[in-house]
Amino acid sequence: MSTPATNTEASETHGHGDISTGVAGGDSNASATRITPGNALRPEDIALEVRTGLAKPSGDVAEYALRLGDDALILAQRLGHWISRAPELEEDVALGNIALDQLGHARSFLTYAGGALGENGTPQSEDDLAYFRREHEFRSAHLFEQPNGDFAATIARQFVVSYYQFELYRRLTGSTDATLAAIAAKAVKEVDYHRDHSAQWVLRLAGGTDESRKRMIHGLKLMWPYVGELFEDDALVTRLAEAGAAVVPSSIREDFDRLTGEVFAEAELEVPDVPSAPGGGRQGKHSEHLGYILAEMQVLAREHPGANW
Amino acid sequence: MAVQNLQSVTAELSPEELDAAARRDAEGQANFDRVMADDSRIEPKDWMPAAYRKTLLRQISQHAHSEIIGMQPEANWISRAPSLKRKAILMAKVQDEAGHGLYLYSAAETLGQSRDEMMDALIAGKARYSSIFNYPARTWADMGAIGWMVDGAAICNQVPLCRASYGPYGRAMVRVCKEESFHQRQGFEILLELSHGTPEQKQMAQDAVNRWYAPALMMFGPPDDDSPNSKQSMAWNIKRFSNDELRNRFVGMMMEQVKVLELTLPDKDIRFNEETKKWEHGPLDWDEFHEVLAGRGPCNSQRLERRREAHDDGAWVREAAAAYAAKQQAKQSMKTKEYAA
Repeated sequence: MSTPATNTEASETHGHGDISTGVAGGDSNASATRITPGNALRPEDIALEVRTGLAKPSGDVAEYALRLGDDALILAQRLGHWISRAPELEEDVALGNIALDQLGHARSFLTYAGGALGENGTPQSEDDLAYFRREHEFRSAHLFEQPNGDFAATIARQFVVSYYQFELYRRLTGSTDATLAAIAAKAVKEVDYHRDHSAQWVLRLAGGTDESRKRMIHGLKLMWPYVGELFEDDALVTRLAEAGAAVVPSSIREDFDRLTGEVFAEAELEVPDVPSAPGGGRQGKHSEHLGYILAEMQVLAREHPGANW
Repeated sequence: MAVQNLQSVTAELSPEELDAAARRDAEGQANFDRVMADDSRIEPKDWMPAAYRKTLLRQISQHAHSEIIGMQPEANWISRAPSLKRKAILMAKVQDEAGHGLYLYSAAETLGQSRDEMMDALIAGKARYSSIFNYPARTWADMGAIGWMVDGAAICNQVPLCRASYGPYGRAMVRVCKEESFHQRQGFEILLELSHGTPEQKQMAQDAVNRWYAPALMMFGPPDDDSPNSKQSMAWNIKRFSNDELRNRFVGMMMEQVKVLELTLPDKDIRFNEETKKWEHGPLDWDEFHEVLAGRGPCNSQRLERRREAHDDGAWVREAAAAYAAKQQAKQSMKTKEYAA
């Protein structure tokens, strides 16, 4: 059932296998952490660099990292629900893997963002940000918050997310912010696999049975109103992109449309013709779903404020 | 996928064929006996006694089912894990269990039953899985206790299985055991963090240890004088140590580790017997064990229902994947034909 992940241009040209020159280098091959072959970038490494002041995001970069981190965190929370409930054991493993990857990206982005968000020089930790922010302080886009629905809805959401994140991270490996570049360089390889996984399932469900095709079309229809928000620019990203630190969302729409279009064509599907929802996640205006997600995610940590786990 | 029974068939054969079949059986038995005597390995294509096949199939499939049902109590805490690092570790652990289920179902399939058939038996309530998973995971500390005690007991049980006489099972267990030892370590670490945390956290840890202690000890199965199948399994080099031997060894391990945790085991009678050089524990409530085994445990119905629901909800997906694969194959063979023409 599985197909080998294809090598991407990004992973070939921006892979980082060398010992890092530290954050000062500022090119996409430099990692913010000491990456040695076989040693993946860990959130703990970023935390260390944030604590020691080696990696220090600006307020703008921190806000941007929060957006990317919250997207990944909320999606991981959603996907984690499938573990022990998937249509077959292979999918328990696959969806669990994708959830784990997303959680890893979230931890890195949030840890980095925390470097600019603490008070009196003490950075906020990934857990401070995940467990003790309130709903309006989250920056996730609505798509990531959408309910799992049936397997087709989950695949539809994952399909959009993976193609979006791949194009985003691929470009972000060239960020002038070395930490963002390093996180993206690790993430893009993983997201490439997510892309493959979701595209395979779109093809299978669209070309499987009448029932699965109907469900696939419905799943895409459910998710499509929230696609537009992903590609909206605002003052923050424009500012950051001018400095070479961030990717302008609207600039990746064309590639997203082209590549998802290829899968749609092969699956003999139409791009859903549904009106766009206004979004607002980047400003803290969320879907009705986020409150429930946070209630569940944060309940235990909030019962024991200040505790270590 | 129905695999042919590799036993020689005796029905509807001519006298010559019967002779040949009898000769094959005799040769097969001789080889099997030699393998047992040499403590070597039986492989899927080797002749094996029907009872050996049946015993292994039951044991391996039960083991696979235990991995799959065992995902549930821990999956229950993925969404509420109190730190992102713990969430990641827990997700990885439950995912490993799905992987263990996969290897074990594959090992069992080499004995002639398909994964679908085994899964159907599980969902129909006809197959067993480890009773321990019928207990609820009430608090976060249960993630620690399950890792430390339940996975710890599983390791004691499974390390000797790496030498099981049936090749595919032994090899699957090697990988399973490696991962289980990580699982146990993460459980221990959770408890260590809790027992050195706030008073509420320490209480939570002690409460979890109290609840999981006896069920974990009972994972080794009934006492030796009440374990009818053990002797045959030992003769077949599947089982290497008796239930009580393994249980006692496990108690000794826990006694050492619980000191580091600064917690206690809820058993005043644990002692090291200087004469036998073995650890001993207090009486266990075997009536409760049999009750849970008979389906009257706290979560039996819930666990099966969840598995059934996932299976039923996923039916259309599996059908779609099969239909798609068939269409692709048909397309491929059309192309091949066109090419040939």
